[in-house]
Amino acid sequence: MSKEILKKSEVFYEVYERKPGADKLTTTYCPGCGHGIIHKMIAEALEDFGVQDRTIFISPVGCSVFAYYYFHTGNVQVAHGRAPAVATGLKRANPDSIVISYQGDGDLAAIGGLEILHAANRGEGFTVIFVNNAIYGMTGGQMAPTTLIGQTTMTTPRGRDPVNDGYPIRMSEIIATLEAPVYVERVMLSDSKEIMKARAAIRKALKVQIEKNGFAFVEILSPCPSGWKMTPSQAKRWVADVLSKYFPVGVKKDISAEFEGRKKEVKKVSKEEIAKILGIVEAEEVDKRVNKYVDKDVSEEIKVAGFGGQGVLSLGITLAYMGMKHGYKVSWLPSYGPEMRGGTANCHVKISKGSIGSPVVSYPTLLIAMNRPSLDRFENDVVSGGIIVYDNSLIDREPVRSDVTVIPIPATKIADEIGSTKIANMVVVGAIVKYLDLMSVEYIIDSIDQVIKSKKLADMNREAIRKGVEYMTTNYKLG
Amino acid sequence: MAITQFLKGNEAVVKGAILAGCRAFFGYPITPASEIAHTAAYYMPLVGGTFLQAESEVAAINMVYGAASAGIRVMTASSGPGISLKQEGISYLAGSELPCVIVDIMRGGPGLGNIAPDQSDYNQVVKGGGHGSYKNIVLAPNSVQEMFDFAILAFDLADKYRNPVFILADGFIGQMMESVEIRIPEVKEPEKNWAVKGTVETMDNLITSIELDPDDLERHVSKLQQKYKIVEEQEVRYQSYMLDGAEIVIVAFGIVSRVVQTVVDELREKGVKVGMFRPITLFPFPKNEIADIANEVESFLVVEMNNGQMFDDVKLAVGNRKPIYFYNRLGGNVPTTKEICDKVMEILRRS
Ligand SMILES: Cc1ncc(C[n+]2csc(CCOP(=O)(O)OP(=O)(O)O)c2C)c(N)n1
Repeated sequence: MSKEILKKSEVFYEVYERKPGADKLTTTYCPGCGHGIIHKMIAEALEDFGVQDRTIFISPVGCSVFAYYYFHTGNVQVAHGRAPAVATGLKRANPDSIVISYQGDGDLAAIGGLEILHAANRGEGFTVIFVNNAIYGMTGGQMAPTTLIGQTTMTTPRGRDPVNDGYPIRMSEIIATLEAPVYVERVMLSDSKEIMKARAAIRKALKVQIEKNGFAFVEILSPCPSGWKMTPSQAKRWVADVLSKYFPVGVKKDISAEFEGRKKEVKKVSKEEIAKILGIVEAEEVDKRVNKYVDKDVSEEIKVAGFGGQGVLSLGITLAYMGMKHGYKVSWLPSYGPEMRGGTANCHVKISKGSIGSPVVSYPTLLIAMNRPSLDRFENDVVSGGIIVYDNSLIDREPVRSDVTVIPIPATKIADEIGSTKIANMVVVGAIVKYLDLMSVEYIIDSIDQVIKSKKLADMNREAIRKGVEYMTTNYKLG
Repeated sequence: MAITQFLKGNEAVVKGAILAGCRAFFGYPITPASEIAHTAAYYMPLVGGTFLQAESEVAAINMVYGAASAGIRVMTASSGPGISLKQEGISYLAGSELPCVIVDIMRGGPGLGNIAPDQSDYNQVVKGGGHGSYKNIVLAPNSVQEMFDFAILAFDLADKYRNPVFILADGFIGQMMESVEIRIPEVKEPEKNWAVKGTVETMDNLITSIELDPDDLERHVSKLQQKYKIVEEQEVRYQSYMLDGAEIVIVAFGIVSRVVQTVVDELREKGVKVGMFRPITLFPFPKNEIADIANEVESFLVVEMNNGQMFDDVKLAVGNRKPIYFYNRLGGNVPTTKEICDKVMEILRRS
């Protein structure tokens, strides 16, 4: 061996200070273990490529859990199997860093199966070194997802039986089926010729990251003499003669030549721009029309209910938002979640001069029922002396309560006449605001598109509010 | 300058986070927390940040671990089932002393439960939840305004103590809309010279939670306990409402405290001497404050939307000095003002 090869790479610490105990010069790996050789090949590549100071090495859970004793790079130790997720976070935070996710077969193919699959599928710009030794080394030789059929381990004492344990998983082949990975190769540490190929694969994988910010995956069939209960030379032979027969070495995917690179510049956005993006802009002058209401003593508890799709929630939002604009305290609380789809919807709105405690409206002062089931369900909850507004173009009965004010509005009919069933909710907004004299109708008409963002409906919404007002003016002789 | 916006709790928390300098969000959809992801997905790319829908909550929290290791402000959000999955990662974050913000919009449990508001993640969030002797700092907002304000506070606390901080809310606080007064905060992100940034300056840094030697680990975990003690001394937050002359004090957090506020208003109008004490930080729990109140009042009533998880903490603070009554609703039901009023009157009749 030449002096060159014996020299320890500068990417390794000269003395392993983080390693407990007296011996700070040797590694924790067993004789004949592949981890040491792989570490060395990675370290030399990082040194040759001049990226040591940018590199972050992820120590997984497994025999290489203490890789950070050795690598003089940034180091992050992570939970079992989660290295690709952590690498994703690291790389997204600092796209210029060089991140290595170093994982064993239990780590990558069993407990972390999902994380590796999805990081690969997103084409994250980090490099995966997957050490396949067909066994759980660290925990004392249990079955790995890559343990061969018939191979005995502590948890397959009679040999791995596919009926009970399934088959060994070929991760490289699986990863190679995905669109995003740039380079996937399986290599083995059997003899010096194969080791040179492994070295080339590791270097190429790192190049893919350094030059193109691409995802590369190198699976290394690696001897574990302790776990396999073999001598180091037997173990090397077993890699070549047995393991590689099931896990064929070679390039599984390589699009590095045509891959254009993954974008990585981070946009710098100023504080002022961020405020603008979040809609935090100089407050507009208070509209004079709302001033009339500043001293109004209001305490409305409103329940709006109807079919999903009738605009029940946006009716409530409109009342609450406009209430806020008139200086009231407001809250809006929806029924929510998937149960709403196609079903009934309702929301609770409070508009009040004083501060609002509970946002829940159990006993409304005003019930707006947009369909029959809503009237049936909530009529009895309305407080005595309260108001029931209902769409009498859809609801075929009158409320039976005699201790409340009942206001029928053919909202859907009026909306249809304007041109869209969808705007029945705005007819009701106009009618209620007019009836209660809670807010400035003109202000609401002028600013409705602050709430209802649909440009298509904007004109019709305004028309609908006007018609609602008009309906009340005509039928209730309101000035 | 303050401006007012009409926001959902789930939107406000993201706006606060972005203004606090958060530039990465990793999450997995779940009702009733999903709007947090929706809002982050919309804004993060615009402000030069990352939004990523992870493959699972397990992956999401580990992405948080990565971004936090790299020294940036990062958050995730979920609800009960997803928080259960994140617990492994949260334990690692606490062990490695990584700052991050986790929002839990609680829903009904156990199991799939339902999506209605609930408070039954109290134990799994306040008491640690994952393995190991660690604590999360836990803020419990009761309004959309506080969802915004606490997002900013949470990042400051997380960085100050290098610790995960929870914003523990429920389906109603997440889903409801209220007006929010927005001020652009002066953000002072501390220098994170411990982070691993892929730079020469940080290449000697190590993020880890493993300490093989029991004495080393004991030192590390003791240091954590020391930190929690400082947090307990310095970061307790609470709200008292109408405690003057109160004979009975209702203890409630989150959405329940909003209902209780109305209860207190209504009962005070009738001359009933009732007040409310609301823990804002659930860890650190305002135990000394509650102990002090115990000297002044006749009894306590704890109202929760779970099986009495905060009750235990109130009990620890009060001891046997005063009776502590309990009222709860389960399954995603919010107790009504009437139910709580009735309970108070029943207690007063009995005593
Ligand atoms: C959640 C969790 N489950 C189990 C373990 C125990 N454990 C530590 S290492 C290991 C197996 C590692 O095997 P592999 O990934 O093949 O790496 P090797 O030790 O062979 O290098 C296991 C199961 C753990 N640390 N965390």
